[in-house]
Amino acid sequence: MTRVYQVMQEAIQKGLKDKKSSSFGMASDNAKLSFKLLEKNQKTLLSPLAIKAMAYAIATGEHNCKMGRIVAFPTAGGSGVIPGSIIATQEEWELSEKKAINALFTATGIGLIIAKQSTFSAAKAGCQAEVGAATAMAAAALTEMRGGTPQQAINAAALALKNKLGLVCDPLGGLVAVPCIKRNGLGAVHALGASDLSIAGVKSFVPFDEVVQAMNNIGDLMSEKLKETALGGLATTKTGLKIREKMKLPKIKKR
Amino acid sequence: MNYTTKNTNTDSYSIFEIAGPIMIGPSSSHTAGACKIGQMARALFHKQPGKVTFILHGSFAEVYQGHATDKALVAGIIRLKTGDPKIKHSFELAAKKGIEFQFKKGNLGPEYHPNTAKIIMEKNGRPNMTVIGSSIGGGKSKIVKIDDFPVDLNIQAGFKTIVVWHDNNKTHLTQLCNKIEKNGNNIHNIQTTTISKEAISIINTDGPDFTLSEIKKLEKQKGIKEIRSLIKLQQ
Ligand code: SF4
Repeated sequence: MTRVYQVMQEAIQKGLKDKKSSSFGMASDNAKLSFKLLEKNQKTLLSPLAIKAMAYAIATGEHNCKMGRIVAFPTAGGSGVIPGSIIATQEEWELSEKKAINALFTATGIGLIIAKQSTFSAAKAGCQAEVGAATAMAAAALTEMRGGTPQQAINAAALALKNKLGLVCDPLGGLVAVPCIKRNGLGAVHALGASDLSIAGVKSFVPFDEVVQAMNNIGDLMSEKLKETALGGLATTKTGLKIREKMKLPKIKKR
Repeated sequence: MNYTTKNTNTDSYSIFEIAGPIMIGPSSSHTAGACKIGQMARALFHKQPGKVTFILHGSFAEVYQGHATDKALVAGIIRLKTGDPKIKHSFELAAKKGIEFQFKKGNLGPEYHPNTAKIIMEKNGRPNMTVIGSSIGGGKSKIVKIDDFPVDLNIQAGFKTIVVWHDNNKTHLTQLCNKIEKNGNNIHNIQTTTISKEAISIINTDGPDFTLSEIKKLEKQKGIKEIRSLIKLQQ
C-alpha cells in the first residue's frame, strides 16, 4: 500500500505541474488553476483543505487523461477522489503517512463491499459505480482517518453514495476527460461533506448495503447509451458532437 | 420497491484489485483491463503471434480510440505491464517485432459483458487460437472463451494458475493432478470444460512456482496435449 500511496503522490505532483493540453484540449491546467486559489489567498467559499482536495483530485484526473501513471482506485476514471481528499486532509491536518495509508485500507474495505454486491464497471452501472463508488470509499476513509468509529465511517459511505446514485457515464467522444476530471474534483469535496455530516451525527436512513443494491438496480435500468458508450448525455450535446467529429468517430444515428 | 438483493458478482477481488492496479491512463476498464486481456491471450498462445485480429464488442467498439484500448490490447500481446509507460508506443513496438495487427468492430452477442474483445492469433505452422476476454471493471479482466470452450479464467493474486488442454478422460486428469500435488502444490480448484472428446481445465494451485521444465514434464503425461502457465502474470 506504501507503493500505492507513492504513485498517488507522484500523480498529484506531476498533474499540478503539467501545463500541456491533452489531445482535443479536454484536459489542460485546471489543477494548477484551482491550486492557485490557495496561493493568491483569494476569498473562497470552501476551506483551504477542500480546495486542496479538489485541486489534487483534478491533478490526478488530468494526469490520467494524458496517459500518465495513476492508481485505479477503484477505477482510472474515478481515480482522483480518494488521493485528492485523503492526501489533502493528511497534509492540512498534519497527520502521519501511516494514518493516510490506513485510510487507504479502509477505502479498500468499502470497495470490496461494492465489488462483491455490485460493480465498478461504468459499462454496467454508469458513473455512479466509478466516481460515485470512489466518493463512498473516500468518505469512509476520511471518517476513519479523523478518528470516527467504523459505524460513522460506513454511514459516511452511505451518505456519499446515496447522493451520487443515478450518475450516468457520458464522456465526450468516449475519452476519460470531460466530465470525468472535474467530477473527480467536486467528488472529493462531496466526500469531505459526507464525512463531516457523519461525524456530526447525521445518519443515512438507508444503510450502506442497501444503497449499493439500489446502485445496482439503477444500473440495470439505465440505458446502454448512458453507460460508457458515449451515445447520450453530455457526449451528444452540441459540444460533445463536435469532439466526435474532430475524433472522426462515426455519426450517431438519430432515432 | 420490488427488487431483491442480487449478487451479480461471483468474482473474488483482492485488496490490490480495489486499490489498483497501478496503471497508465486513461481508463481502468478500457486501458488496464484491455492490457490484461492481451497479456492473458498471449500467455495462452504462448508464442509471439505473427498476426493478431481484434474484434471489439459493445462499449469497447464505441470508445476504444479515446481510451487507447487498441494500444493497450497490443501492449498486452507484447507482454507490457499495465503500469508501463511504453503502452503509448505499443503499435510501433509490436510492428518492430514483426507482429501484424488489425481492429474490427463486431457484435459478439448480448451474453457478453459490454467491454469485451475477441482476439484471433495466428502464426505460421501453428493452429490459430481465438480467445474472448472481458474487462469487468476497475482493471480486472477475465477470459471467457478459448476457441470453442467457454471458460472463466482470471488472474487471481496468490494462486498459480495453469491451463491444460487434454482429452476427455478423468483418469488422465487425475494422474496429472497427482503429479502436481507431488510437486508440493496444493490444488485449490479445477474448472473443466469439455466438448465431445476434448477438454480444457483451469487449475488453480498454491505452493511453489512451476518451472518451465516441470511444465514440460507434465505435458508428457498421457492424454495431456498442452499446458500453459499464467504464473508470470500473477507475480
Ligand atoms: S463519466 Fe464515465 S468515463 Fe468518466 S469517470 Fe464517470 S464513469 Fe468514468
